[in-house]
Amino acid sequence: MGNLDLSFFTWDLVSKFLVKGFVFSVELTLVAMAGGILLGTLLALMRLSSFKWLSYPAAIYVNTMRSIPLVMVILWFFLLIPFLTGRPLGAEWSAVITFTAFEAAYYSEIMRAGIQSVARGQVSAGFALGLTYGQNMRMIVLPQAFRNMLPVLLTQTIILFQDTSLVYAIGAYDLLKGFETAGKNFNRPVEAFLLAAIVYFVICYSLSSVVKKLQLKIAIIR
Amino acid sequence: MNFRWEWEVFLRDTGGGRTYLEWLMSAWGWTLSVAACAWVVALVFGSVIGTIRTTPSPWLVRIGNAWVELFRNIPLLVQLFLWYHVIPAMIPVMKDLPSFVLVVLALGFFTSARVAEQVRAGIQSLSQGQRNAGLAMGLTLPQTYFHVLLPMAFRIVVPPLTSEAMNIIKNSSVAFAVSVAELTMFAMQAQEETSRGIEVYLAVTSLYMITAMTINRIMAFVEVRVRVPGMIGGGH
Repeated sequence: MGNLDLSFFTWDLVSKFLVKGFVFSVELTLVAMAGGILLGTLLALMRLSSFKWLSYPAAIYVNTMRSIPLVMVILWFFLLIPFLTGRPLGAEWSAVITFTAFEAAYYSEIMRAGIQSVARGQVSAGFALGLTYGQNMRMIVLPQAFRNMLPVLLTQTIILFQDTSLVYAIGAYDLLKGFETAGKNFNRPVEAFLLAAIVYFVICYSLSSVVKKLQLKIAIIR
Repeated sequence: MNFRWEWEVFLRDTGGGRTYLEWLMSAWGWTLSVAACAWVVALVFGSVIGTIRTTPSPWLVRIGNAWVELFRNIPLLVQLFLWYHVIPAMIPVMKDLPSFVLVVLALGFFTSARVAEQVRAGIQSLSQGQRNAGLAMGLTLPQTYFHVLLPMAFRIVVPPLTSEAMNIIKNSSVAFAVSVAELTMFAMQAQEETSRGIEVYLAVTSLYMITAMTINRIMAFVEVRVRVPGMIGGGH
């Protein structure tokens, strides 16, 4: 102890190694969140459908994704996408597709709970007013489901942000990789990983405090 | 696209005097032992931290909360690197520890925060009357915990702990990053050496799913055995 040397940590290092990784981690999180919630909502609607040919495939997809370690899913997509399309895809793009597909399964479970949290009377009232299924979902059920589940969706997004560090498995350049590379270049791995942990902690802790506040706000309005 | 299955790949020699099948099985063993040891660490620390968060002492509650926030807000892989690179540099005794122990500690402490949350919720779900009754009978606070609160709380938290036990199997896959020869590490290396990625990944993925399913069954059995009569789902 006592020989931590943080003098290597300069603005030059931040702009050279960290900004690129940070931007990618954030981009990956945001794209996977948007795509995941969209796909996840579709999956949730499929699972709640009374048509077995819709609900079964959705259930199989969601349960399969949820029972495989994320690292294996990342490796699978990295292997399968070039195999199916016939040309190699960069680790970064592969990660974007993987996380969208993977998170969709988790978001769909949240959206399913959200849709089920809307009182049955609301659905019946919508149908009684002559709304079609699509109109009913779009104007009555989904807005309420989304609002009820907002804190949970955001908490899942924080977990997603933490999980983006696993793209390490295919060598994509994310925030963690940025710290690792900086640590290697300056021969200061200890300080680099310590800083990485602090940065991740600060980001995730502040985000989860914001979510907690939001949760209280939503609870009061309801 | 002309793809042919080549399951014979598992009978090929790795060059180290064993077949890929034997390597796969040993990797499965590593995954199971990492997960099992980490689960013990997580249960021990999670129970203690979860319990002290429900005590009347504000300091114990603060320590418990800080513990949970610390281990919940850093990605598991980053925590693993902390254990692997940073902590041995600060505490020299830990330099000689094998990767296996470091992974067990990283995964165990990470999961302990989640277990603590469940244990805390379990204790807080008990009616306040139970605690008061215990204290009114003249039991000390620790006695109230050991004889009244914890026996109930632990039986209530079995279902949420089941999903944590399944998560720990999945999360043990990060051990590849510090070269513990578990399933994910096997998947990456065997894929590279044999170029039969699909067969290798399918085998590894199935083993993960079989393991998770087995744990689910074991915990379901535990759940039935420890069910509290008269509680929700507890029969009579």
